[in-house]
Amino acid sequence: MCLAFPGRVVKIYKKKEKALIDFGNVKRDVNITLLPKVRVGDLVMVHAGFAIERVEENELM
Amino acid sequence: MSSCKEKDMARDILRDIKKLGIKKEVRIMEVCGTHTQTIARYGIKNILPENIKLISGPGCPVCVTPASHVDLAIKLAEEEDVIITTYGDAYKLPGSEKSLAEVGKNVKIVYSVDEVIEMCRAQRDKEFVHLSIGFETTAPAIASVLLKNPELENFSIIPSNKLIPPAMQYLIKNDCKIDGFICPGHVSAIIGAKPYERIAKVYEKPCVISGFEAIDVLKSILMILNQIKNNISKVEIEYKRLVKYEGNKIAREKMDKVFKASNAYWRGIGNIPSSGLKLRNRFKRFDAPKRYKIKLKDAKEIKPGCLCSKIIVGNALPTQCKLFRKECTPYKPYGPCMVSVEGACNVAFRYG
Amino acid sequence: MAHVWSPLKVHAMLHLDMDKAKISVSHGAGGRMMQELIKEIASIIENKKTRDGRGIDVLEDAGIANINGTKIAFTTDSYTVDPIFFPGGSIGKLAVCGTINDLAVMGAKPLALTLALVLEEGFPMAELKKIVMDINKEVKKANVAIISGDTKVMEKGKIDKIIINTAGIGIVRYDVSDYYARPGDKVMVSGSIGDHGMALLARRFKFETKLKSDCSSIASMALSLLKTGGIRVMKDPTRGGLAACLNEIAEKSKVDMVVYEDKVPIKEEVRSVGEVLGIDPMHTACEGRCVIIAKEEKAEEILNMAKRFDRNASIIGDVVKGSGKVFIETKIGSKRYLESPIGELYPRIC
Repeated sequence: MCLAFPGRVVKIYKKKEKALIDFGNVKRDVNITLLPKVRVGDLVMVHAGFAIERVEENELM
Repeated sequence: MSSCKEKDMARDILRDIKKLGIKKEVRIMEVCGTHTQTIARYGIKNILPENIKLISGPGCPVCVTPASHVDLAIKLAEEEDVIITTYGDAYKLPGSEKSLAEVGKNVKIVYSVDEVIEMCRAQRDKEFVHLSIGFETTAPAIASVLLKNPELENFSIIPSNKLIPPAMQYLIKNDCKIDGFICPGHVSAIIGAKPYERIAKVYEKPCVISGFEAIDVLKSILMILNQIKNNISKVEIEYKRLVKYEGNKIAREKMDKVFKASNAYWRGIGNIPSSGLKLRNRFKRFDAPKRYKIKLKDAKEIKPGCLCSKIIVGNALPTQCKLFRKECTPYKPYGPCMVSVEGACNVAFRYG
Repeated sequence: MAHVWSPLKVHAMLHLDMDKAKISVSHGAGGRMMQELIKEIASIIENKKTRDGRGIDVLEDAGIANINGTKIAFTTDSYTVDPIFFPGGSIGKLAVCGTINDLAVMGAKPLALTLALVLEEGFPMAELKKIVMDINKEVKKANVAIISGDTKVMEKGKIDKIIINTAGIGIVRYDVSDYYARPGDKVMVSGSIGDHGMALLARRFKFETKLKSDCSSIASMALSLLKTGGIRVMKDPTRGGLAACLNEIAEKSKVDMVVYEDKVPIKEEVRSVGEVLGIDPMHTACEGRCVIIAKEEKAEEILNMAKRFDRNASIIGDVVKGSGKVFIETKIGSKRYLESPIGELYPRIC
């Protein structure tokens, strides 16, 4: 129930409800209402079209 | 991470597991269906020592969604000319008689509930009902769209979301022989680590919150075994790069505004108190059964001979079911554990 | 533990009662269910091949008829792809390339095609023209001719937009067969896998990407590689993807295969879309690739030649003694089955 994949925030749209996320040569609009403090350049985990949390890059394996 | 590095890391972890020198049988449950997938995809069962057993738990939304919810969705699509939207997982899930895949019209597969909202706005003359399955990872998204779109008149949900920690407690209280839990990484990104404290402290079961890479799962198994070896039981976060102890507060607040905990029926298990989510009164207009005045009928949840109710709580293996690989296959699933790609029986069938 | 996919056993598993069961979308998805439906249909037809030929008794990508000592490959395919225009091609391009590729992987030089169109009432002329222009372009590129055709129109709603059927013939120059793989052979792919299927999924689920379908003719590459004399099997991994293709070869040749996960060429965008949606690129269709099973001593030579056509051509595994199972050695060094997909693939949340 946890299928999610990380992507980088490329652009945050005006209303701050959606952002363009780069998953690795593919981009998609993603809902960011669960992460209102997100910024361009952040790496976020995306589940069912929603960013659920920021990824701490210094904890990457 | 390079492939060489992963192979080395895996080898190191396995060496450390063997070094612990645990000889007795240890039963570790991975609660989340996505972990079941990772374990199958990377053949993890094949490389662990024989005495370390991995048991699939009930965190498979497709496996535990009641047939009655599917029946309701089908009824709405066929009789009320409503468009049912569903995640791909539930498309082939059999209700009492058939699945949404067999309905033919008025059923749309979506990746995100945002797509449903877009459709609602674009086609105001049509009514949309979303089959809202999933756990705490998915519920906040539904909550968020309901909060952001209070004016929507042609959208409602079949509320089928469930909660993980109550299910874990139920398993322990009902004598499921589990020695430790691999806890769901993305559910935990939302709920944090605190909800597992009781399981660790009171029931004395090690709980490790794991990521979804093969190395994450192997590390988590090592961490659980380490605790068992040292006779401790606590909550640890292996998935440090994503999971904070306090979880995602904003996501939880949205969930709390829209939903409240209710008793829920888990297909194959039965009723588990406070383990489901129902819409609060302020949001009842988004409740499809209420909106269409259709009561959820009791359905033939588990057919005779199906062993899913034991398998889903880790008390039996798929190979112990008389129907496994005979009357029940992924082509013609008899029980819910065979339908979903991360159902225990489906995984056992495909990966051997 | 292991289950052997003998047609008889799977038939029993499927309980395909032709009098009672209904066709489902999964029967067309290229996985196990489609295989078994085809076998059921073939079992009813009594004349399965011509004298000295190969036909639906062996169910390869094309049948072979022996006409006065000359072997002719003969094949047919129907195209129902949706959307009919997609990044990298159209149903027209697919209808030509798909049939040409089926001839090429049987070791034949494609010669001529037939073209049958079934159109829905109301289908825009402009779209039809575009499709036929795509057909013309591919036919010219491949140096084949369309020598016969048919057109039908059905009432609105009775079919969805357009269905195309093409049949193709070619003269067989090289002897290859799904049944020829042997222990010791190398498993190769001519390029990255999953591009077509993922490009369509990316479009459907609103991803922004440059990823295009790999829809193209592999005939000239195939014939160049076949000249080396080292190829035993050629097969195009269309519906059901690489996994379905390898499983079919392994079953027919009664061998096992080991595929190395880190050697399978997958484009970053294919991987990303697959991870986000929960769909495995190895189960996803390619429309311009072929799988090659080559004699070990010729494998490097074939690989170097294949790389001239596509730098992503790779040796991905080994054929070993066995009974029809395909394994994958994962990136952490463990082994598990690489199973054929069962039915259609959908995006998941879990």
